Amino acid sequence: MSQHETTLSTATSRSGTPFAPHSEADVEAMLQAVGADSVEDLFDVPESVRFDGSFGIDAASERDVRRQLTETLERNDSVTEFLGRGHYDHYVPSLVDHLADRSEFLTSYTQYQPEITQGFLQTLFEYQSLLVELTGLGVANCSMYDAATALGEAATLSQRIRAVTGDRVLVPDTLLDERRAVLENYVSGADLVVAEYQTDGGVVDPDEIAAAVDDDVAFVYVENPTTSGRIQPALEEIGTHLADSEVLFCLGSDPVALSLLQTPASVGADVVVGDASTLGLGSAYGMGLGLFACREEYLRQVPGRLVGASEDDRGQRAYTLTLQTREQHIRRERATSNICTNQAWVALRAAIHATLLGPDGLVDLAKSCHRLPQRLAARIDAIDGIEAPADEYPTLREFRATVEPPASEFVSALYEEGFAVHAVDEETVQICVTDANEREIDAFVAAIAEVLD
Amino acid sequence: MAGHQQAVWNDSESDGYEPLLAEKDRTTVDIEYDGLPEDLTRDSISLPALSEPEAARHYTRLSQMNYGIDSGPYPLGSCTMKYNPKFTEDIATRASAAVHPDRLEGSVQGTLQLYAELQDYLGRIGGMDAVTLQPPAGAAGEFTGILVAAAYHDRNGEGDERTEVIVPASAHGTNFATAAMAGYDVVELPATDDGRVDLEALESAVGSETAALMLTNPNTLGLFERDIAEIADIVHDAGGLLYYDGANLNALLGRARPGDMGFDIMHYNVHKTFATPHGGGGPGAGPIGVTEELAPFLPSPQVRQGSDGYELFEPSESIGKVHGAMGNWLVLLKTHAYIRRLGDEGLEDASAKAVLNANYLASQIDLEVPFGPFHHEFVASAGEIDAADFAKRMLDFGVHPPTTKWPEIVPEALMTEPTEVESKRSLDRLAAAFDAVDKDADALESAPERTSARYIDQTSAARSPRLSWHALSGEE
Repeated sequence: MSQHETTLSTATSRSGTPFAPHSEADVEAMLQAVGADSVEDLFDVPESVRFDGSFGIDAASERDVRRQLTETLERNDSVTEFLGRGHYDHYVPSLVDHLADRSEFLTSYTQYQPEITQGFLQTLFEYQSLLVELTGLGVANCSMYDAATALGEAATLSQRIRAVTGDRVLVPDTLLDERRAVLENYVSGADLVVAEYQTDGGVVDPDEIAAAVDDDVAFVYVENPTTSGRIQPALEEIGTHLADSEVLFCLGSDPVALSLLQTPASVGADVVVGDASTLGLGSAYGMGLGLFACREEYLRQVPGRLVGASEDDRGQRAYTLTLQTREQHIRRERATSNICTNQAWVALRAAIHATLLGPDGLVDLAKSCHRLPQRLAARIDAIDGIEAPADEYPTLREFRATVEPPASEFVSALYEEGFAVHAVDEETVQICVTDANEREIDAFVAAIAEVLD
Repeated sequence: MAGHQQAVWNDSESDGYEPLLAEKDRTTVDIEYDGLPEDLTRDSISLPALSEPEAARHYTRLSQMNYGIDSGPYPLGSCTMKYNPKFTEDIATRASAAVHPDRLEGSVQGTLQLYAELQDYLGRIGGMDAVTLQPPAGAAGEFTGILVAAAYHDRNGEGDERTEVIVPASAHGTNFATAAMAGYDVVELPATDDGRVDLEALESAVGSETAALMLTNPNTLGLFERDIAEIADIVHDAGGLLYYDGANLNALLGRARPGDMGFDIMHYNVHKTFATPHGGGGPGAGPIGVTEELAPFLPSPQVRQGSDGYELFEPSESIGKVHGAMGNWLVLLKTHAYIRRLGDEGLEDASAKAVLNANYLASQIDLEVPFGPFHHEFVASAGEIDAADFAKRMLDFGVHPPTTKWPEIVPEALMTEPTEVESKRSLDRLAAAFDAVDKDADALESAPERTSARYIDQTSAARSPRLSWHALSGEE
């Protein structure tokens, strides 16, 4: 008897998967029905490629796996993060977890049968609507993976728009390395090249854009807020410059920032990308929710899934995935993207979170993202040995501060006191504060004073 | 044959079912904020303002108008819809799991340990030498794998010459789209009459232009490519690489490994093989495994155990990054928990029961089921009935229908993958649903009748797209 048959014959003693409900008698009856002597006979695998070894992975009870993995995770240092730079935390109300974990949502597949999956489709339709309201653009999709991959998809969109003839993708010199690296890979197959334009620490000078854009440019990317949290002072002028050309103007932002700042549509943006998991999820080791919205005229070139309204046989409004002829399972190598599985459940979480906040709550949250760093910077600035903020630009969620070189030493000392901040260069650190860590501000300020004392 | 009735919430406020949030309330808030120059802020925002109880009821009702694997059988071929163990959610919601991605490696040793362990587990399961967890979905894994292949050919000075990726006609649509996205020309490979790779056609398709062949095994008909060793030789002799689409790996756990079959690159679909919830469309995760020769090209960073604990490192000829951080970490954490829960015997048993279930169900339905014996899935033919109509009627029996009209080699295809989680009793009821639909053609016209919404016109939705509240109410 082979090892595998042993496994099956002892199935009732639970040595196999706990998630298959077969009794020994079931297995026997089923084998008889298919005319096989053993389950192993059903595997049509030639001897030459058969695997006779073991993985060497021991099974464990639910309780033990929970305990082991939880204990391992607890090996992470318990520190309070004042970290941002593209990944932000806001308090996520309990109801988001409770509703999103309803298993009708959590355990469903993509809505290929819309009649039986109206609930999720409607939620995604509401998520798209939220983004349309926040961006002012006509179309938002049901998600990309994260901000970096959404940027990559936006850049390649320029290649599918007939009026755009250039092949250069312009990004700010302050773009996060990881976003730049992902973008490079996304454009590698599309005959586009990535180039930088100069900024003043992320802040874009419209004249710089005007000078940088010529017929070879297909796509210009601007972030608001920037990598260091700065709010762009001249988006409208940038948009006016770019409106005269066929260049695609892409703005990077997030739903909380968009609740307060100028709408992308009002400054002439053609596409908006970013991380929408600032609502509903938070940083989660960088797992994100790729925001993607654009002008309605690009509708048939949009990557990813779209939910649209239709009618059912009763004449009632109902929802369905739509314009699927853009997608890989229909269009194959002519699809607008290869994306299939996306971040739908994270989009559901963002939609629920936005619902709970409502318009007042969202705007208040965004205002606090401006007020909190201002106040914290002022308190830190009163401490000898640190200057904050390091510049005069208004910021959202974060700010930079100047310390005695080397900044890494200050960051390490602060870490020993239980607080994590970014070291940016020899004399600069970056500090992020939101509603998620604002209750730790007093202790944080005291720790900085202690470290610099 | 009993059916079920899905919840139908209906309200006179709406011409739909559960009203849209914006139909319940839409409040316009003027932005007044003296903290910032007025021209840097928006004028107003218009969104629903609901109380928490109202929000709870809205989404609860919507959940009741949705069908998941916990609602009933979900034999969606090629999608491997298994039960998702709930304890993995509890681990993934630990605060200690939700660290910021810029935390220094010394401060997140727990996270990095689990990350490294999962790289190792997946390598062993797939027979691959090195694994990256960074791709955030299967299609992203394919893209990563093809970029690795491209980097390898570039390094060998053959990048400009090798411009083609070969894909079997019956392959997943993502394979074609991935190859195109990476800048390759797609060469479609015809199948033999029994749905397998045609060796002669492959011989004539490969050449000095071949970068890779993308293949899934067992194929989409549930059949093992018995000539896999010859296929690997043909591709390798031409200087190409062999890519394994991991969508069907649930058929083979512990019986055969892609690495041993000669594959150079593979992706794993963790929501398929390792039971992470699909969340109505995602998030998934699409780790890839590669041979030792290709390991230097993997995305950065990788995680390994160093002398001072776990550390990040950049592979020497890395392709760079395919995700802004470390991938869909919470999904990867659930994958780790599932693999640890099952261990060797559980994983082997999962494939045993998955294959037994597919063959048993195929034997119990009266429709024509060509080919076989099968592994994890089979493709039945709805015969005279349109497969899409067949599927709509199945909804009335409280089951999710199979994947329809694909692969095209079987007319009116019903691609069926019950997975290991269905009991014999459940499979018997599923078979009865197939037969009940088949024998009552008159009922097809009005189906579905027991779902929240009735038959939905998808053509008109595409003709005049309405994709937001704004579009519905005629706003700009």
